[in-house]
Amino acid sequence: MSFEAEGATASESKPAGERVVRWARPVLGLLLPVGLALGWEIVVWLGISDGRLVPPPSRIYEEFAELARSGELLRHLIATLMRVAAGFGLGTLAGTLLGAIAGYSGLVRRLVDPSLQGLRAVPSIAWIPLFILWLGIFETSKVALIAVGVFFPIYLGVMDAILSVDRKIVEVGRVFRLSGAGMVRRILLPAVLPTYVVSLRSGLGLGWMFVIAAEFMGASEGLGYLLIDGQQLGKPTEIVAAILAFAVLGKATDAILAAVMAPFLRWQDVFKPAGEQ
Amino acid sequence: MLTLKHIGKTYPNGVRALDGVSLDVELGEIVAVVGGSGCGKSTLLRAISGLDRPTQGAVVFKDDIISEPHEKIGIIFQEPRLLPWLTVAENVGFGLADRPKDERKARVARALERVGLTEKANVWPRELSGGQAQRVAIARALVARPEVLLLDEPFSALDAFTRIDLQDHLLDLWADQKPTLVHVTHDVDEAIVLADRVVVMRPRPGRVADEIVIDLPRPRDRQSAAFDFAKRRVLAALDRSLDRAVRVDDGETKSEAGAALWW
Repeated sequence: MSFEAEGATASESKPAGERVVRWARPVLGLLLPVGLALGWEIVVWLGISDGRLVPPPSRIYEEFAELARSGELLRHLIATLMRVAAGFGLGTLAGTLLGAIAGYSGLVRRLVDPSLQGLRAVPSIAWIPLFILWLGIFETSKVALIAVGVFFPIYLGVMDAILSVDRKIVEVGRVFRLSGAGMVRRILLPAVLPTYVVSLRSGLGLGWMFVIAAEFMGASEGLGYLLIDGQQLGKPTEIVAAILAFAVLGKATDAILAAVMAPFLRWQDVFKPAGEQ
Repeated sequence: MLTLKHIGKTYPNGVRALDGVSLDVELGEIVAVVGGSGCGKSTLLRAISGLDRPTQGAVVFKDDIISEPHEKIGIIFQEPRLLPWLTVAENVGFGLADRPKDERKARVARALERVGLTEKANVWPRELSGGQAQRVAIARALVARPEVLLLDEPFSALDAFTRIDLQDHLLDLWADQKPTLVHVTHDVDEAIVLADRVVVMRPRPGRVADEIVIDLPRPRDRQSAAFDFAKRRVLAALDRSLDRAVRVDDGETKSEAGAALWW
């Protein structure tokens, strides 16, 4: 959105160039990766390298096509997605609830926050052995690890956001004699929403990070399994294909999350012209 | 009637902001409170609004002791304090959430029309100018039909033209329902344009130094001699409130000096 506005102002004097400017900018970002990929493809095609350890794009594409044809790709994608979804859901729920309560009540904050900050200092991957002992090697321990990773940024984000709500805005609620619930619903929630969306997105990013760690600890399906499988069988194409799948999924879920929340944050967008709703 | 009985306010850090402030405000009266900085004007207003409690004395409104915000007492702050996630119309209707939708819509529409912002009903607050935003804040306070409206330097952040415009506008709106207004300002002209009575406060701790009745017919001509005379009286009272030696020169230099220095 900001890009469009920028593009529009940049070409204000020359409306004919507007469309070119609008398309040219994202294309600029593609120049480097596409150039490198093409270059490598040519190097391998010319026989300068055999491309065994660093596969050229055509072989990665073949691997993708093969995985997709056999239904393997979908199976692994779904396994990983389900883990992220479950862990993200649990982590978000716990982080939001605890963050909100700790932000709202000074007593709870003093009771709970120091312990949670202490736990946050532990690298989440350090929990893996304990989770395996407690929860077994199957889905539960994986989901728990992802949930722990997602929990902290969301807990911190929500608590910080509530603590930094402008006193002046809260006073408006007091002047209109809002009840406790009314204050939460009509003042605090909308006020923390922009920060909340940011913490959800960083939580989701961490969820994708931890799902790999979780799948490394022993899985029979999932993109993390594909990575390990590719390493053990010496198939770099499979590894790169899995990495690309991660990139696409991570970016796509983040974009979906941002798009779903965008309508609630319309009031924030400073670039939108007056007449437009 | 609104009565302040020996209001005192001592902050937890020991600072005495107010000491023994007593004031009776009649129904429909416009009282302006002026004074040097740190004389507790805003503290006084916050005590009347119920946002803060005085440490001594009590604010009594219609036999109720005010200890928290009162349904019939509205306040307009120095900043508009509009909620950025609500449209202008939703902001104006903020205090009417418990009313039926039709009534709410009608009252919001009337209030917006009254402040001349009907065409801005569906825009976000960020798209308003400072003066427009403050008009929306006025509409939001008035739509709840307060019997007392407190104003805490509401026009001080605006440019001179907008300020004069809004002062006239406020008087116009006041004439609709004739609520009691308690208007804190550091602008002596503003106090005299608006008020039936100007309360001059003195600092450290904040006390009432003087009360000057402004007995001029409305609308008041800012250029008239009577206006100027009232202004000189208020400025002289301000000088006295700051224990500043009032020179016995002619009135002109005295008022000039006061105008430049008192705040």
